[in-house]
Amino acid sequence: MHTQQQAASENSSMMTGRKTKMKVHPERKKEERAFWIFASPWIIGFILFTGGPMVASLWLSFTNYDVVSSPRFTGLDNFISLFQDTLFFKSLSVTTYYVVLAVPFTIVLSLLLAVLLNQKIKGLFIFRTLFYAPSIVSGVSIAFLWSWLLNPDFGFVNNVLHEWFGLAGLGWFTDAKLVVPSMVLMQLTSLGGTMVIFLASLQSLPKDLYEAADIDGAGSFRKFFNITMPLISPVILFNTIMAIISSFQIFTQAYVITKGGPEWNSYFYVYYLFDTAFSQFRMGYASAQAWILFLLIFALTMLSLTLSKRYVHYEYTSRK
Amino acid sequence: MKPKRYVHGELSLTQKAVIYGVLFLFIGLFLFPIFWMASTSLKTLGQVFQLPMVWVPSAPQWSNYVEVFRVSPFGTYMWNTIWYTGITVFATVLTSAFVAFAFARLRARGSKLMFGLVLSTMMLPPQVVMIPQYLLFNKLGWVDSYLPLVVPAFTASAFLIFLLRQFYMGISHELDEAVKIDGGSYFTMFFRVILPLSLPALATGAILEFMYRWNDLMGPLIYLNSTEHYPLSLGLANFTASYGSTPWQLLMAASIIAVTPPLLLFFFAQKHFIRGIVISGSKG
Repeated sequence: MHTQQQAASENSSMMTGRKTKMKVHPERKKEERAFWIFASPWIIGFILFTGGPMVASLWLSFTNYDVVSSPRFTGLDNFISLFQDTLFFKSLSVTTYYVVLAVPFTIVLSLLLAVLLNQKIKGLFIFRTLFYAPSIVSGVSIAFLWSWLLNPDFGFVNNVLHEWFGLAGLGWFTDAKLVVPSMVLMQLTSLGGTMVIFLASLQSLPKDLYEAADIDGAGSFRKFFNITMPLISPVILFNTIMAIISSFQIFTQAYVITKGGPEWNSYFYVYYLFDTAFSQFRMGYASAQAWILFLLIFALTMLSLTLSKRYVHYEYTSRK
Repeated sequence: MKPKRYVHGELSLTQKAVIYGVLFLFIGLFLFPIFWMASTSLKTLGQVFQLPMVWVPSAPQWSNYVEVFRVSPFGTYMWNTIWYTGITVFATVLTSAFVAFAFARLRARGSKLMFGLVLSTMMLPPQVVMIPQYLLFNKLGWVDSYLPLVVPAFTASAFLIFLLRQFYMGISHELDEAVKIDGGSYFTMFFRVILPLSLPALATGAILEFMYRWNDLMGPLIYLNSTEHYPLSLGLANFTASYGSTPWQLLMAASIIAVTPPLLLFFFAQKHFIRGIVISGSKG
């Protein structure tokens, strides 16, 4: 890629003469102007819908604002109240519980499936399609489907437990202890995307290391932990960070299935934020919540990057 | 793309059996919910709660699918989703292609820094900007219309910019040099060379954007209040509001209707899906 670009720029400087190096050539000016024109949709969008709102939300987080009357500056009051708000800690703790369960399960299971698909088996294409298909049907409909499958009285899973094994059914979404694990279980069926990324990175690994290991008589497990894992460690890190970010934002499932219950046990962070902003119209307080979420996710991403330095190897990058 | 798979040596018969066993087990676990959704959607209300369970109803109640449209303005929800998804996908993909072209092909001071900014906005949780955005659209009197959802679509998406830029970097520069020599403008270069050559990448981008718009609940939930404006996601979420107990067979029929277009799209265009996912993983 680089050589191509260099060749192209050499070409154009050959055509336009050596002057290009001395001062900005009119052609170059034209190019620069074209850049700003082509990039303008993003620039306008960034100012209006990302950068501007970020500044506004930071400012709002230090105010009391109910949309009707104008915002009143209250300093750190919102943040002090948040740290005395039991519901804030409840929502933070159930969300953390969800993240701590969902992320490792997603990563381990999708890596396991990717490794199995990467063996010499027939029908790789069909398997990949079938594993990916459930992650297409996300959102409200899949949430209803699971609330039906795990319905305590008439749901399929409890019926099977009862009819086949003679066991009493479980409360799943209605049991305070089970509601978060049930949400994790449901989320696991849409790990197709993560699995596809793992599979692509496994397929692009160099063969020679494995051949050398074969000659040395290394078994499958040793090859996996000593060769595969280090080689795909950047991809594991990437998938883990993405999973952490998206898990922290869990909302739809709880909104559709449990409305945050039972007893706030699925009242996830974004759900509380949503209610604060759009049911109670406490925009200042909600902005403070949003900024804490942002800082939390940012800190976790940085932490993952730092902690992983010892384990992630970048000598071999598997991408084109 | 022909997968170059690493050969782990020959597998023994037992190893093969274990691998296929585990794969089939998980396929079953993953796909069973969708089967159950279809099966429930064809039952009578009595069969829904019947024990022992009815796996496949002997007389499928296709009328449930008609009933869905009778008990709720489901046709309106569908139409809203279709036009809203159509416009936003078109707008986002086209503007993102514009911006991606700038980052892939045009040299300007500060462009590297700006691209870093594009990438970092991908990591930003949308909740941080959600509230000021709402306040802005509220001031403009746009709440309870599709404007707050449609207008930002015309300002490109960071993820699609990244995806299309990756693709444009791979297109040979000889063609745009030819346009330059012919005295063509950068617009000619974009519309005559880059855009036609990048149709597969645009398809990938369009599909990913389609999935996001089709399923999104939070956006419509914040901005749309009147039932006649609801898209499928929001209509479905409120489907049972008027019932005492949930009519599961109808709810499942409605869900089947909602998931069919994305599933069909996936089966016909899965090459584009997989590529999109793989490229999104390559930014790590």
